[in-house]
Amino acid sequence: MAAAPESAGTGKGLIGWIDQRFPLTKLWKEQVSEYYAPKNFNIWYYFGVLSLVVLVNQLVTGIFLTMSYKPSAAEAFASVEYIMRDVEWGWLIRYMHSTGASAFFIVVYLHMFRALLYGSARKPRELLWIFGVLIYVLLMAEAFMGYVLPWGNMSYWGAQVIVSLFSSLPVIGATLVEWIRGDYNIADPTLNRFFALHVAALPLALIFLVVAHLMALHEVGSNNPDGIDIHKYQDAKGHPLDGVPFHPYYTVKDSVGIAAFLLIFAAVIFFAPNFFGLFLESNNFEPANPLQTPPDITPVWYFTPFYAMLRAVPSAFGTQVWGVLVMGGAIVVLFFVPWLDKSPVRSIRYKGPIYKIMLALFSVSFIILAVCGMNPPSGIYPLLARVCTAIYFAFFLLMPWYTKIDSVKPVPERVTGHA
Amino acid sequence: MLKASVLIGLALLCVGTASAAEEGEIRLMHSGADINNTESLQRGARNFMNYCSGCHSLKYLRYSRMSADLKIPDSELVKNLIFTSAKPFDEIGSAMPADSADWFGKQPPDLTLMARVRGSDYIYSYLHGFYADKTRLWGVNNLYLPGTAMPHVLYERQGLQKPVYKNEKDAHGSAKMVLAGVEPMTPGALKPEEYDQFVRDIANFMDYAAEPIKATRQSMGIYVILFLLVFFVFAYLLKKEYWKDVH
Amino acid sequence: MSDEVEEVDHSRRRLLTAATVGTGVIGAAFAAIPFLASWKPSTRAKALGAPVEVDASKLEAGQMLKVVWRGQAVFVVRRVKAAVDQLGGHDAMLADPASIDSTQPDYIKASGAARARNPEYWVGLAVCTHLGCSPLGAFAPNDSFQVVGADLGANWPGGFYCPCHGSKYDLSGRVFKSMPAPKNLAVPPYAIGANSRIVIGVDDAPKTVS
Repeated sequence: MAAAPESAGTGKGLIGWIDQRFPLTKLWKEQVSEYYAPKNFNIWYYFGVLSLVVLVNQLVTGIFLTMSYKPSAAEAFASVEYIMRDVEWGWLIRYMHSTGASAFFIVVYLHMFRALLYGSARKPRELLWIFGVLIYVLLMAEAFMGYVLPWGNMSYWGAQVIVSLFSSLPVIGATLVEWIRGDYNIADPTLNRFFALHVAALPLALIFLVVAHLMALHEVGSNNPDGIDIHKYQDAKGHPLDGVPFHPYYTVKDSVGIAAFLLIFAAVIFFAPNFFGLFLESNNFEPANPLQTPPDITPVWYFTPFYAMLRAVPSAFGTQVWGVLVMGGAIVVLFFVPWLDKSPVRSIRYKGPIYKIMLALFSVSFIILAVCGMNPPSGIYPLLARVCTAIYFAFFLLMPWYTKIDSVKPVPERVTGHA
Repeated sequence: MLKASVLIGLALLCVGTASAAEEGEIRLMHSGADINNTESLQRGARNFMNYCSGCHSLKYLRYSRMSADLKIPDSELVKNLIFTSAKPFDEIGSAMPADSADWFGKQPPDLTLMARVRGSDYIYSYLHGFYADKTRLWGVNNLYLPGTAMPHVLYERQGLQKPVYKNEKDAHGSAKMVLAGVEPMTPGALKPEEYDQFVRDIANFMDYAAEPIKATRQSMGIYVILFLLVFFVFAYLLKKEYWKDVH
Repeated sequence: MSDEVEEVDHSRRRLLTAATVGTGVIGAAFAAIPFLASWKPSTRAKALGAPVEVDASKLEAGQMLKVVWRGQAVFVVRRVKAAVDQLGGHDAMLADPASIDSTQPDYIKASGAARARNPEYWVGLAVCTHLGCSPLGAFAPNDSFQVVGADLGANWPGGFYCPCHGSKYDLSGRVFKSMPAPKNLAVPPYAIGANSRIVIGVDDAPKTVS
């Protein structure tokens, strides 16, 4: 924290030399040391930085895994066991990557939920939210293709089921599926191209979108749990009275969050890397077998809510495209969240009971959908899945209506409290 | 927010109990396997090599890795545990020819990861579950894998068991005989508790074979957690100190 | 951020910052170890690089075989008696006759012109010390037009010839003067057990070799 030069290009020494050629100090000041963030962030505001931590973890461990992994149907499964047994520390790198995949979805789901709590998607943060949803969509593609790579039996049949979804599209379905697979079945070419997408194309796109997400955030500034604009009240220097410089205040605070996250992350890696069959499914320790579907075929936990929606919709008019449309719609509807909320206030703190009830119902439904997707579609599950799918869509599609009739509490002028 | 979390918790609880209420299956026995029990692992390795490795390979586990982890001396390894022409560095193969599928109806599977697929309880139960069944090719069936293609290799050790049936009413109210368990029929060379230990050791060894790093990983994890706790405390104190500025 | 800020305890801040950053750096260093160590030869590489056993008794005099040890070709030559006897006779033509500047175990260096545990068998890496090509065997002396397709001269004592840039070595892998290759051929550690069983990659014959 040496005294930074007043304007770029006047400093001395190495930093000064760089500043005359590259806006190092300027960037640091604008983006970190003089980026003012609201001082009242609560626990929900850790999950953004944690997503970044997990992203770095996935990139680093992923790069090292590619050094020993063989993307071919004949060798993939054995090469994963090679990493687990013969490569020094390979087991740790692999568990960091597999646990990281699930951790990514946990923090991203909580990060998205935060936006629903405090109206973070609303004007002027629409584009910020859209970048975020795009990241989420890419993340699902990335996770799906990564899941295929170990070439276990669940990898194989998961790929089979998901790719077959495209066959329900009218006219082009069958051709499209063949094109995706590059073969008449899920086979070596499929694995090879999924590998290329998983390790090169999608990570590049993800990094690009994450940068765009952060740039949009720093352009419009962070929302906060009160959902009010902190720039209304400023001190003599033009800094918001309710803001604090990101560094050092949020760097030290985020360190605490990162430490807590790493504690849980390490506990899973070292003591429960399978996480009771949720993070690494036991059937996937059996090599891919095109002749035998595993007894209970379910996607990994983070896809199960959408999988449950897919199954909740029956075939009609001789096609099963409706389930696919509902599942796709469940994700597409997320893009419209910034314009669906018509409430005069952003934060749930000042919203009325209807929104609170709807959000609670939505959250419970999403979790029940996840459980439904993990279980065979028998007994109570199909009914539960249908009810919860209806609630999921009602939450979004009825939002313009119920946020308008809902009561609101008066919004304070200044932010309330800080942790 | 509190209300929402309580609701979510309740919902989870309901769904959890709903899914736990499955019935009618024969419960697996608890193996009590302990990968930190090196002596049990050594016995399990010996049992596996003597009774299983003729047909089943452990193709992702090297003899040398096994002997190092299980503290088996090299001389002992070469003399008593390697029955093929394999070198210590080689993976544990079976002595089966490629056409063994003709003998059993299917190729005996590789068992390296069996404990990760089905769990050590399953292996333990399976080895307890053979019973006499004249209709089968080898004269035995298995309680936990009905229609198994495997003969009861440990028959001389355990002796033979016979099935126990119980009457049960099906959904239409008509009674039928249902397989409920097994009981001893003819004694084997081992006493029941000796046989129990014998197969527990095998289950334990296969648990080890499925993930040789498991014991190391767990003991290492404690140090990682302790280190992160120290980091957490420092970071927390630092945060407290800086946030004194913010009112 | 308000006026009534109490006195900031700068020394406590510095101390806690140092403690946190220090712990973080130590943690990062520990975290880097697995990634760096994962580049070391894996168990499979070690298994493939395990000592190689050669039954040299099946070699006839004047014959050579190549075995692969750690991915490199290794020569095992059974030298004829006459060739062994004249090994000390052409030191003047060699760049490093005593193998001072060459790579080999001490017991090979001490063995003099034979550069071997048993003068009858010569073991050495088939890697030219110039740029890593694999030399060819040209054992017959004074043979002006050898199998290697190059004129090795009338006073050729027999040895190895590298086809890439023409480096010549004698039958102990010692390089001749004024050759592109700077050093004698390297000799790996090896041991000779009973019945001329040569074990490449260990200094002592394993006890289990029977």
